[in-house]
Amino acid sequence: MSKRINIWVLITGVLVGVAALVLTAFGNPANMGFCIACFLRDIAGATKLHSAGMVQYVRPEIIGLVLGSTILALATGEFKPKAGSSPATRFIIGAFVMIGALVFLGCPLRMVIRMGGGDLNAFIGFAGFAVGILIGIFFLKKGFSLKRSYPSTLTEGIAMPGLMIGLLVLAIAVPSIFAMSTEGPGSKHAPMILSLIVAIVIGALAQKSRLCMVGGMRDAVMFKDFNLIAGFGAIFLTVLIGNIILGNFKGFSTYNQPIAHESWLWNLLGMALVGWGSVLLGGCPLRQLILAGEGNGDSAVTVLGMIVGAAIAHNFGLAGTASKLAEDGTYTPGGVATAGKIAVGIGFAVLLLISVLNILKKKNKEANA
Amino acid sequence: MIDARGLSCPMPVVMVQNEVKKSSPDEVKVLVDSKVCVENITRFANTKKYDVEVTKKDGEFELTLKKR
Repeated sequence: MSKRINIWVLITGVLVGVAALVLTAFGNPANMGFCIACFLRDIAGATKLHSAGMVQYVRPEIIGLVLGSTILALATGEFKPKAGSSPATRFIIGAFVMIGALVFLGCPLRMVIRMGGGDLNAFIGFAGFAVGILIGIFFLKKGFSLKRSYPSTLTEGIAMPGLMIGLLVLAIAVPSIFAMSTEGPGSKHAPMILSLIVAIVIGALAQKSRLCMVGGMRDAVMFKDFNLIAGFGAIFLTVLIGNIILGNFKGFSTYNQPIAHESWLWNLLGMALVGWGSVLLGGCPLRQLILAGEGNGDSAVTVLGMIVGAAIAHNFGLAGTASKLAEDGTYTPGGVATAGKIAVGIGFAVLLLISVLNILKKKNKEANA
Repeated sequence: MIDARGLSCPMPVVMVQNEVKKSSPDEVKVLVDSKVCVENITRFANTKKYDVEVTKKDGEFELTLKKR
């Protein structure tokens, strides 16, 4: 084992893959054992921030990932309340990352899981994701920075874990206050306790290993550091092998993939938006959840931005529509409505503006404050 | 001394990379405030043939990179 690859990244990658397969076997939608974008969108639906009836459920996975990170960070002394690194800008980037993800129909983590399920649309999304990361790296090299965070108050640090505990208590005590899908992806879920426990374990492992879908490619390109990308590869291989063993794998194809569409251009552009935005944020949606669990108020604001982005995506019809194969054999290809295409275009314009305006001038680079 | 406290990934490593590229110094000192940055800079430094000493004080880490 190369010293440059942390064994925990590989262990976490394999266990994320196994967890995704287990959660799908116990009821989560196909190729959606984990999807940070989809699950935040379901929470946005459950809390009635949007009214798309098919995607409303208080996903215990999100709660578990945040709390797993909090628990381990507290145990290892890594829980540190901090904030102040351009929070409003992060909120906006988070919202557009979510819109890009919902145009594609998945966050980078679900993209890898879809790739392991044989969904070629996700490989096209991956190409876009890579392009987006390269654009983000270009601006990092030019001196882009959202500037420093600073040690903050305890309330800032426990904001996201506290919100998650509150959501969990309410979901258990008074589930009727939440909207809950009776059909569609939101209605498909593993038992709550299983999802919660699995996610707590994965959240803790992700905290320890620093697993990040965008960090993998970024570090490989910028520093020839293949540590995080090894986790990415481990998830892909585990899901692929697992699907073959479980008999779910039907070869690689773009046709009739679970909760996916074949609009290659918008799969590509949606994930390019996600890749670029995530590089600017310093991590993928999963990583933002984990950092929020460690007390990072900036990441907590980013997660809130993603939830609002999900609500906007469904309230204004921006999200991609999945292709459908009816029982009578009629196939209806999905895709992205004009509003969604315009939103992605606006997203690129906004990220360009943010990227350019936050390039530190040379004389300020030293101070970088 | 590079002050990379409070900067999110991968800025601290970029700052070290720039310093190493600029003058290939025998010694580089970096101040960071998270263990993640310590790990990332250490991995990077090792690939550039620098040994890393870490001193922890008041929740912050001072890294001294020394050329092998």
